Amino acid sequence: MDTMRDRLAPVVSRLLDEDPRVAVVLAEIGRDCFTEASRRHPDRVLNVGIREQLLIGAGAGLALAGMRPVVHTFASFLVERPFEQVKLDLGHQDVGAVLVSAAASHDWPAGGFTHMAPGDVALLDTLDGWTVHVPGHPDEAETLLRHAVGAGEAKDDKVYVRLSAQSNGRSLPVDGQRFLTVREGRRGVVVAVGPVLDSVLAATEGLDATVLYATTVRPFDSTALRRATGAAGTDVVLVEPYLAGTSTATVNDALADVPHRVLGLGVGRRELRRYGQLEEHVTAHGLDAATLRERITGFLR
Amino acid sequence: MTTTAERTYGCTDLPGLMGLMTGAEKHGPAATSTLDVLWVLYDRVLRVGPERTDDPERDRFLLSKGHGPMAYYAVLAAKGFLPVGWLPGFGSYDSPLGHHPDRVLVPGAEIGSGSLGHGLPIAVGTALGLRAQGRTDPAVWVLTGDAELDEGSNHEAIAYAGPAGLDRLHTVVIDNSSASHARPGGIAARFEVAGWSAETVDGRDHEALYTAFTTPHPGRPRVVVARVEPKNA
Repeated sequence: MDTMRDRLAPVVSRLLDEDPRVAVVLAEIGRDCFTEASRRHPDRVLNVGIREQLLIGAGAGLALAGMRPVVHTFASFLVERPFEQVKLDLGHQDVGAVLVSAAASHDWPAGGFTHMAPGDVALLDTLDGWTVHVPGHPDEAETLLRHAVGAGEAKDDKVYVRLSAQSNGRSLPVDGQRFLTVREGRRGVVVAVGPVLDSVLAATEGLDATVLYATTVRPFDSTALRRATGAAGTDVVLVEPYLAGTSTATVNDALADVPHRVLGLGVGRRELRRYGQLEEHVTAHGLDAATLRERITGFLR
Repeated sequence: MTTTAERTYGCTDLPGLMGLMTGAEKHGPAATSTLDVLWVLYDRVLRVGPERTDDPERDRFLLSKGHGPMAYYAVLAAKGFLPVGWLPGFGSYDSPLGHHPDRVLVPGAEIGSGSLGHGLPIAVGTALGLRAQGRTDPAVWVLTGDAELDEGSNHEAIAYAGPAGLDRLHTVVIDNSSASHARPGGIAARFEVAGWSAETVDGRDHEALYTAFTTPHPGRPRVVVARVEPKNA
């Protein structure tokens, strides 16, 4: 199966053809995928070289000039390195862009910690007004990319699309807004974000728990969560493919008026200092089905 | 000279307009260092005006050096972008005029600035965006300080804009010798090696500034280094 990132260039190249306001800004990473699009739209496929501050600043300038920039590189270099540009050049200037990352949490373990950014969503949470899409399958990535660039979001919305090498086996009909109810139960709610869904479904097999599937996590679908807790009780387990606890505060806010418990599972904060394979890192962070089952059943008494 | 609802303002009125703003003395030298450059640009060079702040064909002026914006506000007031009556409220809770400008609050301000090193990269993107839309007429201007050039983000923009041939992009560097570590070879040289058209002039000489601002520079972005009295002299 192809990866979410394999869909980026085909989808965005089509959007370049369809909408003259769309522009792509790259910092070397990913440029080869856009060679053909660059031939067709030399003024709208821009590679600024290995310059990530300029990457975001130029994206903001494009937006100020009336364009819809799609800005892509690895998460470490897209969100973390130029974070002040994300905060000021987009947020403070009150303009939008679509930031599309790859190689987030531990997509490329052999690359080591320099190429891991499990804190990207938490970091964006310090800013106002960002929509965050975390697709769990290449088909969903395609839907959410189209939604982000123009189909769903307004032209000046600030959108982050987090493309992962991890994927679920099949796609679900995501809409860029709402959580999906994948399973219904009476003893707790498990929210699975993006590519952890398959593991969560395996981990909760036979448990009397509701499973919600979230691919758009900001804004957080509090309505779906509240509806689910109305039937299944207010014990909530969050399973996120990035920093553990990233959405805990959001869940607390959604359930502020009722007694509730929240368990936030995800990537650990401690630097692992290991290379190896993606699956080995998933296991090391306790995100494999067996460990998830242990932790979820221990919590949902 | 510009006529506003009440009266007409010229360059000699700017000190009086600046005198209406108090409370940011520490940014005083930063403010007066830009005064002549701003006046020449707004009075004679930029194709902008309060009636066309949303016109896609307008020139863009990006004040990157958002420190000490009194001269900027004074010029915007003189040119009718904002009411003179706003100036005395400078920096107060109810005023749109902060010690660093906010584009969302200040009519005519293309960017909000204060944190150094953001204007030039944004200007690069604006120039790219205009070009991509076939708008080859509007010029993009960005004003930075000499110490502001220490920020690496500016060097990313300088290095890219030259080879990219962004000939609608212009930078004015106000050089009041405030950088702690002087740039080897001088400021203009830094731009020239990156393929920019560069000139250094007396930042108080209006004719010299005007000539430097309007010198043709086909195929290349343009920098004008405007030298003014040293900040700490």
